[in-house]
Amino acid sequence: MSGLARFARNRGALIGLVLLVLLIAVALLGPSLYPTSPWRLVGRPFMAPFAMDRFPLGTDTLGRDIAAGLVHGARVSLLIGLVSTLVSLMIGVPVGALAGYLGGVADDLLMRFTEFFQTIPSFALAIVIVAILQPSLTSIVIAIAIVSWPPVARLVRGEVMSLRSREYVLAAVTVGQSTPRIILTQVLPNTVAPIVVMGSLMVASAILLESSLSFLGLGDPNLMTWGYMVGAGRTRLLDAWWISFLPGLAIFLTVLALNLVGEGLNDALNPRLARGRD
Amino acid sequence: MADAVLEIRNLTLALPAQADRPHAVSGIDLTIGAGETLCIVGESGSGKSMCAHAVMGLLPKGVRPESGEIRLGGRDLLKLGPAALRDVRGREVGMIFQEPMTSLNPLMRVADQIAETFEAHGLLSRAERLERAVTLLDEVGLPDPARIARAYPHELSGGQRQRVMIAAALALGPKLLIADEPTTALDVTTQAQILRLIDRLRHDHGTAVLFITHDFGVVAEIADRIAVLQQGLLVEEGAADAVLSAPRHDYTRRLLAAVPSLVPPRRPERAAGAPALAVQAVTKVYKPRGFLVKGRGVKAVDSVSFDIARGETLGLVGESGSGKSTVGRCCLRLVEPDEGTVRVGELAVTGLSVRALRPHRRRIQMVFQDPFASLNPRRKVGRIIAEGPIAQGVPRAKAEERARDLLSLVGLSAGAAERYPHEFSGGQRQRIGIARALALDPEVLVADEAVSALDVSVQAQILELLKDVQGKLGLAILFITHDLRVAAQICDRIAVMQRGAIVEMGPTEALFANPAHDYTRQLLAAVPGGRRLASIPAP
Repeated sequence: MSGLARFARNRGALIGLVLLVLLIAVALLGPSLYPTSPWRLVGRPFMAPFAMDRFPLGTDTLGRDIAAGLVHGARVSLLIGLVSTLVSLMIGVPVGALAGYLGGVADDLLMRFTEFFQTIPSFALAIVIVAILQPSLTSIVIAIAIVSWPPVARLVRGEVMSLRSREYVLAAVTVGQSTPRIILTQVLPNTVAPIVVMGSLMVASAILLESSLSFLGLGDPNLMTWGYMVGAGRTRLLDAWWISFLPGLAIFLTVLALNLVGEGLNDALNPRLARGRD
Repeated sequence: MADAVLEIRNLTLALPAQADRPHAVSGIDLTIGAGETLCIVGESGSGKSMCAHAVMGLLPKGVRPESGEIRLGGRDLLKLGPAALRDVRGREVGMIFQEPMTSLNPLMRVADQIAETFEAHGLLSRAERLERAVTLLDEVGLPDPARIARAYPHELSGGQRQRVMIAAALALGPKLLIADEPTTALDVTTQAQILRLIDRLRHDHGTAVLFITHDFGVVAEIADRIAVLQQGLLVEEGAADAVLSAPRHDYTRRLLAAVPSLVPPRRPERAAGAPALAVQAVTKVYKPRGFLVKGRGVKAVDSVSFDIARGETLGLVGESGSGKSTVGRCCLRLVEPDEGTVRVGELAVTGLSVRALRPHRRRIQMVFQDPFASLNPRRKVGRIIAEGPIAQGVPRAKAEERARDLLSLVGLSAGAAERYPHEFSGGQRQRIGIARALALDPEVLVADEAVSALDVSVQAQILELLKDVQGKLGLAILFITHDLRVAAQICDRIAVMQRGAIVEMGPTEALFANPAHDYTRQLLAAVPGGRRLASIPAP
C-alpha cells in the first residue's frame, strides 16, 4: 500500500488535514476579509460574541474586532511556525548529517555544540534572545529556530549513522563519489521521512512558543498575534471570557491539527512502526 | 501411522488479499513419528516457516488457517483457544528460532530464561527450577553449566546461545521440537555441533523433530524424512535416502543439482602473469575508542599477503570474525589498513590520499552481500549503475546508455533501468549490483559473500554469471565466502583465514584433496552433508 493510501485511511490525520487547510485558507484570505488593521478600535469594548452582527466574535478590552485579530493572527502564527521550522531544519540537518557521516572528532565537536544548546532551558533562552534582539518578526523566528534545531540534529545524526554503513553508501564510495555528493544523494534522501514527520510537529511547537512569547509581551509590537490576544484579555477572564478563550481555542486547534497530521505522516511513512489498525 | 506425534492434514493457510498468491501453503499433509526428524526444505517464500508457525499458533497477523487440521496427541491445535494453546506450547511443543542473538532476552540471566518455561506452566518451586536449568544446560553440552546459568546472553557465543535456546525448548520434555532454521546464522563448525546435539537429544528422549531449513547439506546431515515445499505446495515427501539419491519431482532434482558440489572441478593450468591485485602484509587493528582510556586493540587482520592474476579467482574462506571481510574492505580502502600495501596493477592504492585515490577507484570494485541493502531504495536502477561513471566524469547520457548495455550483460532487460530496486527479487538485485561494479570497467572485483543471501538455485545462476563476465572481461576476483561448497566451484585458489591470518593457501583442488592445516581439515569436515551430496547425478 502506498504512503498516501495509508495516510488517507487514518481518520485523525484527515481531520487534522482539513483543519489545517481551513486555517491556511483563512490566513490567505485574511487581508481581503478584514482589509483594515486589526489594531483599529472599531466598536464598543467588551461586546460579547453574536451581540452585534458586525462583530460575530465580539470585541476586546479596547473595542477591537476579535474576528479580525484571529484572522490576522493566523497569518502570523503560520508564517512564524513555518519559517522558524525551515530555519531550524537548515541548521539541524547539516549539523546532524556531518556529525553522523564523518564521525570521530567532527562528531564529538558538533554534538557537544548541540548539547550546549540543549542544556539551556529552551523557553528561557528564547526569551533572552528576543529581549536582546528587540521583539520583531525576525528576532522571534531566530529565537525559535535556535532553541528548536538540536533535536533535529540528533535525529538526523542517528539516521545518518545507521545509513552510512549501508552497502549502497559503501558502493558509492567505491565508485569514487565525493563525500558531499554521497551525503546529498545517497544518505539524506533516505532520511526525508523522519525529518518530514518531525518538521510537522516542530511547526506546532513553534506556534506554541511564539504564542507564549507574545503572551509575555515579547511578540512583534506591530503584529496582532493569538498569544498577544490571550495575554491582553487574561485580566478580564471572568467577565469577558471570549477575549482570551477564542484565540486560545485557535492555538489549540492549530496545534492539534498539526499533531494529527504529523502522526498520520509518521504512520504513513514508517509503516513498520505504525500501530496495528487491522 | 499409529505412533504419529504430529499429524498435519490438508492444511491450507490463507494469505492476506494483497499478497502475491492466495495461500501460504495449501493442502499440506505431513506426519512425524516419535523420535523421527522430518525436514521441511524449500526456498524463500515456499511457506516452510508458516507451517512451523501454524503448529505453534504463531501465525503472523493476516495469515489464517483456512482448512485442514494439525493433530498433536489427538487434539486439533487449530481448534484450541488461546489458553489451551499456551498450555501446549512449551509442555508439548518446544521451538528454537533462527537468530540466537535476538531470541534470548538480553536483560535476563540464562537460568532465569529457562526457569521461565517451568514458571509459565506453574511447575516446581523456584529453587527446583534453577536446579533443573543447570541440569538442562549440562545436557545440551555447555561447559561449566553452573557458571553459564548465571551468565547474561551477551557473555555467550552464538553457538552457546543456541544451546541455551534448545535447553529452554526441551525443559518440559516436549514430544515435538520445532527448529526453524536453527543453524543458519551459525558458523559451519558450530552448526555441525548443534546438529549433532539435536540429533543426540532426539535419540535420548524420543522427541519428534520438525526441522525447517533451506540447506540441503543440513538436510542430508540430520533428516530421516524429507518434505519439499515449492510455492506452498508439497511436491515431494519421502525417506531421506530416497529423496536425496533418487528425487522423483523435477523441482527437487533442480534444487539438488543447484547445491554446489564439494568436489572442485578440474581447472586448466594458468600461466603466471603480473598480478592484478597484490596484497602485502596488510594489518588492521581495531582500537577501542575511549575518552581517556587507551585499551588494547583487536587484530582483525594480521599480516595478510596474496596475489591475484588477471582472470583468476582467489577464494578467501573462513568463519565469522576471521577477518575475511575486513581484508576485502582494506583492498578498496573502505577500511584503512594500519600496515602493509595493496597494489592494483602497478598502482599502490594504500599510498594515496583519499582525494588522489578517487579517480583510481574505478580499477577495483565490490559486489556486496545483502541484495536488499546494497541498492539505494530511492534511485532508479539505471541511475544506480550510471552513478559510478558519472562520478568519474563520463557524460550522463552516455553513462545511462552504458547502464542499459550492462543490464543486458547481466541478464536483465534494458527496461529495468527505469524501475526502482524494490521491484526486483534478491537474485535480480544481485545482478544489478554486479552491473554497477562492472560499469567502471574494473580490473579487480571483490565479491564479499555475494551469493550467501540467495536461494541455491539463484546462487548457481549468479555464480555462473560471475564466471561468465570474468571470462569476457579478464577480471581478477577476490571471492570472500564462508561457504566451502561455493568456494570449491568458483575459486581457482583458496586462502583459509582464521583469527585474522591466512593459515593455508593453495590451488582449490589440492587444498580440498590434501588440506595441510588442522583448521582447514576442521572446516572441511564440518561442511553439512559432507560428500553425501556430492555424488548426486545432475538431472
